[in-house]
Amino acid sequence: MRELNAIFTIALRDFTKLIRDRVRLLMSLVFPLIFIGIFGGSFQSISKQLGFDPLPFVFTGVFAQVLFQSTASGIISLIEDRENDFSQEIFVSPISRYTIIFGKILGETLVSYTQVIAVVVMSIIFGVSLSPSTILVLLVAGLVPALFGGAFGTLVLANLGSQRSANQLFPFLIFPQFFLSGIFTPIKELPPILLVFSRLAPMTYAVDFIRSIFYLGKPEYSKIVVFDPLTDFAIMAILFVIFLTSGTYLFVKNERNR
Amino acid sequence: MVDIIQVKNLVKRYKKADKNAVDDISFSVAEGEFFTFLGPNGAGKTTTISILTTTLSKTSGEVNIAGFDVDKDSSKVRQNVGIIFQNPSLDANLTAEENIRFHAILYGLYPFRPTFSLMPEDYKSRINELAQVLGIEKDLFKAIKTYSGGMKRKLEIVRSLIHKPKVLFLDEPTVGLDPASRKSLWEYLVSVRKQDKTTIFLTTHYLDEAEDADRVCIINHGKIVKLGSPTQIKKELTKEYIILDSKDRNKLKSELVKMKLKFIENADIKVEVDSKNVQKIIQGIKVPLSVLRINSPSLEDAYLKIIEVGKEELGG
Repeated sequence: MRELNAIFTIALRDFTKLIRDRVRLLMSLVFPLIFIGIFGGSFQSISKQLGFDPLPFVFTGVFAQVLFQSTASGIISLIEDRENDFSQEIFVSPISRYTIIFGKILGETLVSYTQVIAVVVMSIIFGVSLSPSTILVLLVAGLVPALFGGAFGTLVLANLGSQRSANQLFPFLIFPQFFLSGIFTPIKELPPILLVFSRLAPMTYAVDFIRSIFYLGKPEYSKIVVFDPLTDFAIMAILFVIFLTSGTYLFVKNERNR
Repeated sequence: MVDIIQVKNLVKRYKKADKNAVDDISFSVAEGEFFTFLGPNGAGKTTTISILTTTLSKTSGEVNIAGFDVDKDSSKVRQNVGIIFQNPSLDANLTAEENIRFHAILYGLYPFRPTFSLMPEDYKSRINELAQVLGIEKDLFKAIKTYSGGMKRKLEIVRSLIHKPKVLFLDEPTVGLDPASRKSLWEYLVSVRKQDKTTIFLTTHYLDEAEDADRVCIINHGKIVKLGSPTQIKKELTKEYIILDSKDRNKLKSELVKMKLKFIENADIKVEVDSKNVQKIIQGIKVPLSVLRINSPSLEDAYLKIIEVGKEELGG
């Protein structure tokens, strides 16, 4: 019970910080505009060749990517604030280290949801037709990529020494996944090397999971979805446990064994 | 009295370091004691405090806090200690009340509630009480950003005491504060100590802060140089001396030799004495003096001397 209270407390703090930081809040709304507006819009011209409407395709991709990436990078901010604020306070409190990481993941999930709601609004403005029930289903399903991104972030966090190395390394780990996971372009068929890397990129399963739910029962399903909802979910669930336990273990160990 | 902190042969060597940051130190602190760790920057103070508060692993040795081993029962150790870090650890985006509330929930004192108004009555009245003590009733719900440095420190102390820790660790708490804030923070801490009889473990490089302690432990290069009450240390290390000189220095020297006094000749002549003998020495000197000064060193001098000795022993 106490650990649950602590999880909520840590999560609420993260969310409160976002709400009070106007610049960060604004930035998180601008990115979806760029992604959906520019990428989605510019692909419109080649929709005949693709055989499906690129706008919902990009929308579902960005939807998963925002949840995955925002949670992952949020976790990595633990490096930044363990030096200078409330985080040191969290780390000396008598709660489990898993509680801390889980609270942080939940908090960053809340943060990523403000961004993903902006994605949804922007997509509707640009002409993606979304029924209220589809939005609801996607928001619930979105929890999976968000939590998964958090676990991925924990593993990255555990292997980084400083904020500087985080800033240098994180884009290198994230940007290739933009393309490997097929946010903007289909990845069902790829040259062999890219195919391997694409199936190794964790974000691939987050994106495919959201698409498999969005396109379920639609004629484009077989053209777009690589696996199926259950396979994607199972892979993410296994990786989630591995990333989270090994990441937390390594992080705590590296923290104390200096 | 029960020892609430027990440290035996504690050693810490950081990865990739060629020297021990903490080099085989042993000491214990009794319950209710005000214990001070005094030493220059890099002496090993923060390293020791980090190990004692479970945020850093030790290389070897034994550490017990409130009866719990720091490695095996780290969570219980954390429950029993409060910490004021060298760097401020308040969340600047949160209000004073939120900072305290989050701490209280993490320590399992209250269930989670998203707002102040939903918190139990017991919590609310305690907060109002604390706000009164600190004089921040008006600013309680304002972001920490607007607080002065001294105010923030006080708030951290209030927060660290809310779970009634047995030991309060303070790692250079007054660094960066102006003298007035330092004084008022100190007065507050003394009053807290009287009220709750909390054991205090302080690290500082300000000597005047150590003078109120029950015991002072001077540490340098990871080793304990001196351990005792401030008066003991002062007595042991601060010998009075007189500075003398004369136009006829050779005659002065021979007179001092006759009186069997030891002296050091530099720009002038330094004679170590017991305070009782000063008059006798002066009476024994016949040659006209050009310089006569009596020096009684402060604890500060004693401290500087210790630090100097430490440097020489270790070759710089």
